[in-house]
Amino acid sequence: MDIYLVEALLNGLLLGGVLALLALGLNLIFGVIDVVWIAYAELVMCGMYVVYWLLALAALIAILSVAVLGLLVHQLIIAPILGSPAINQLLATGGLLFFLQSFATLLFGTDFRNIGLRLPILEFADMNVSFARLIAFGVAVLGAGALYGFLSKSFLGTAIRAIGQDREIVGLMGVDQRRIYLVTSAIGGALAGLAACLLVLQYDVHPFIGLSFGPITFMICVLGGLGNMLGGFVAAFIMSEIISVGGFYFSQEIGEVLAFVVFIALIFVRPQGIFGRS
Amino acid sequence: MLEIDNLSAAYGSFQALFGINLRVDAGETVGVIGPNGAGKTTLMRVISGLLPGRAGKLAFEGRALTGVPAYRVVARGIAHVPENRRLFPKLTVEENLRIGAYMPQARKHFGERLAWVYELFPRLAERRTQLAGTMSGGEQQMCAIARALMSKPKLLLLDEPSAGLAPLVVQQVFDLVRKIRSEGFTVLIVEQNVQQLLELVDRAYLLEVGRIKLSGMAAELKANAFVRQAYLGL
Amino acid sequence: MSTRAPWLAGLAALAALPWLSPSAYFLHIVILILIWGFIYTAWSLMGKFGLVSLGHGAFLGTGAYTAGLLWNFAGLTPWLGIPIGVALAVLIAVVIGYPCFRLKVVGHYFALVTLALAEVARLSIVAARDITGGSLGMTPNGVPTSSWIAIQFADKRYFYFLALGLWLFGLWVWRRVDTSMASAALEAISEDEGAAAAIGIHVTRQKLTVTIISAAMTALGGALYGQFVMYLNPDTLAGVGVSLQIVFAAIAGGMYSMLGPTVGAVLTIVLGEALRVWFGTTWIGAANTIYGILLVIFIIYMPRGIVGLVASRLPARLLPARRPAL
Repeated sequence: MDIYLVEALLNGLLLGGVLALLALGLNLIFGVIDVVWIAYAELVMCGMYVVYWLLALAALIAILSVAVLGLLVHQLIIAPILGSPAINQLLATGGLLFFLQSFATLLFGTDFRNIGLRLPILEFADMNVSFARLIAFGVAVLGAGALYGFLSKSFLGTAIRAIGQDREIVGLMGVDQRRIYLVTSAIGGALAGLAACLLVLQYDVHPFIGLSFGPITFMICVLGGLGNMLGGFVAAFIMSEIISVGGFYFSQEIGEVLAFVVFIALIFVRPQGIFGRS
Repeated sequence: MLEIDNLSAAYGSFQALFGINLRVDAGETVGVIGPNGAGKTTLMRVISGLLPGRAGKLAFEGRALTGVPAYRVVARGIAHVPENRRLFPKLTVEENLRIGAYMPQARKHFGERLAWVYELFPRLAERRTQLAGTMSGGEQQMCAIARALMSKPKLLLLDEPSAGLAPLVVQQVFDLVRKIRSEGFTVLIVEQNVQQLLELVDRAYLLEVGRIKLSGMAAELKANAFVRQAYLGL
Repeated sequence: MSTRAPWLAGLAALAALPWLSPSAYFLHIVILILIWGFIYTAWSLMGKFGLVSLGHGAFLGTGAYTAGLLWNFAGLTPWLGIPIGVALAVLIAVVIGYPCFRLKVVGHYFALVTLALAEVARLSIVAARDITGGSLGMTPNGVPTSSWIAIQFADKRYFYFLALGLWLFGLWVWRRVDTSMASAALEAISEDEGAAAAIGIHVTRQKLTVTIISAAMTALGGALYGQFVMYLNPDTLAGVGVSLQIVFAAIAGGMYSMLGPTVGAVLTIVLGEALRVWFGTTWIGAANTIYGILLVIFIIYMPRGIVGLVASRLPARLLPARRPAL
């Protein structure tokens, strides 16, 4: 096999790690609260700015501050309209998307900023692999593993998984729904913060960076079955390989176009997602 | 232990309960019988806080329960096994039981209670890693009761535990309730299977169109001409 | 008093506006409002029946770029290029819409499929950078003076009347759809699709019809916008950004009333311009920041939009037809 194709496949795999992390966060919120945060990638953008400005303690602060942001999003925007039609909730977070982009523009301008930390490119077997991507992949997989452990082993995690299956009855076990929603929003925010730390190693920050991976994250979630975290995790790697290999044969944009087209086609074949049960 | 005075409740504009008076003393097993749509489930839902009562008094161990949300009612010692079991179908049996011990005071004793529940229902121990939704109806009922017991409630509310089960399984479920009773739990149980229920409980209430029509010791109700004719088919 | 009188007076005022306009800038803003008002009206034809499309950027871009590219590379007049663009947009609408409606892709899923469509359009334009100029955008070849063949005019008044005609056409279509049998059918579908199908409503056909109308109008609006500003950019004419802009303006104005989307256009364009002038270039982003906050507030507290809110305060006799609450 062509060594450059292998390189593209490998890069796709590494890209998939971060996308998988984002898909996990979004799916968690959808599965638990039944709301689509269309502005999720913009939270990542905020996190990237935090890392950019506070490099020293950055990672921890970025994760915490985006977690708080997630909490605020729920409390200020979602909670008042929990009972509204789903599409209104989606649109309200769409307004948030606008707001975050513009507010970032207001604060930081439209300059592309990078943290000036250039990690080496690793070479092995004649392939070039970015060290930043390798780290990002490793941390993303670790993060996903930690989330999995939390959701399957702890009381709180079990309640988070249960609530999407029966919203009313969890109350009979002493679970306060509002509290679970807040915790879930904060975890979703924290995952966006973690993804931000990983992305800022590879990409410049600017107010519209969210648009370059927000839509693809949604496609991944839907492909995996909205709310299905395992499905989203796997779908992230499928999509990232399509983008990477498509980019190898044609161009970056065509790779992404292919990913979206595959998404649209798959929705028609399996509307419940590739791993969803009908 | 549980005192209900002149309680009314409604779903929107539809009133389901009118001036209910009911009492459960510690150690008792009390039944509520009545036809479909009489308000039995509504009564249970008001007690456990799933549905707010409109008027009247509701008190548990001398403290008011009115307006307390469901997740706080459990902490007071009332566990509700809802109609149709309502397990979390995509969680395993053990995960369902873990949620049953969600409250802080129950979490501490999770290990020992799990062992105790498994001893009480050995079948669940065999199925602990199975997804709850894939079990048979009787096993699910067992799991739903076990989930409620994980919080070690002072009062157990059972809503139609035998509904939708095969006759043989119904018998097993009643044996199960007997077992729980002999463990010393106070139980308030709603059933359509009047014959079986009256064999099990100490006292019972007859609910019809949202009102208590009759109440008394199980033996009295069994002997009552109206009950015999309308509910026992004798 | 006839209810037609205020309408006729308004129309006369609009017709006289170019001669009353204090400045070319003012007329420029009014033209933008009319074109975007038309596009938002087109979107709301679907939106008010619960078909929330986040992909109208694709239709906008298809209309504008088809006309622009045919003019630049084939010398084809926009009079032919625009209909071709509209036809292409309709084709895309059918290719995406038919399977969506047939397979009952609704709600979140419909929104996300259309979102993907918008991105496909934007990325395709960027990828074809050899002819489209990619993300730097493209400019239609100019003509020395005004030309009807090129639909390029030095005098903005020509564009004003074109835009006015388009906008009135949009309102007429809105009215036609609203008073048709299809409207009742679509309303039934948005309430309960299964029940609507059960009483004999051809769900797929009804949804597809309104989608085709909406896509065609949007492509038309996009093409005229391109002719007017003489600059096409994939970020402002395709993709998620502009698609969401369309959705928000229509909702803010009120997608359940005929003039709602236009009010949305007035609101967003005037607000954007005012904040831009007010804050100057040192505060770029301020306008959209406020805009974003307003949108969130709108959706939380007045999902029926400004016109919807005003209408609900008016006495009933002034209201021709009340829409059901969202």
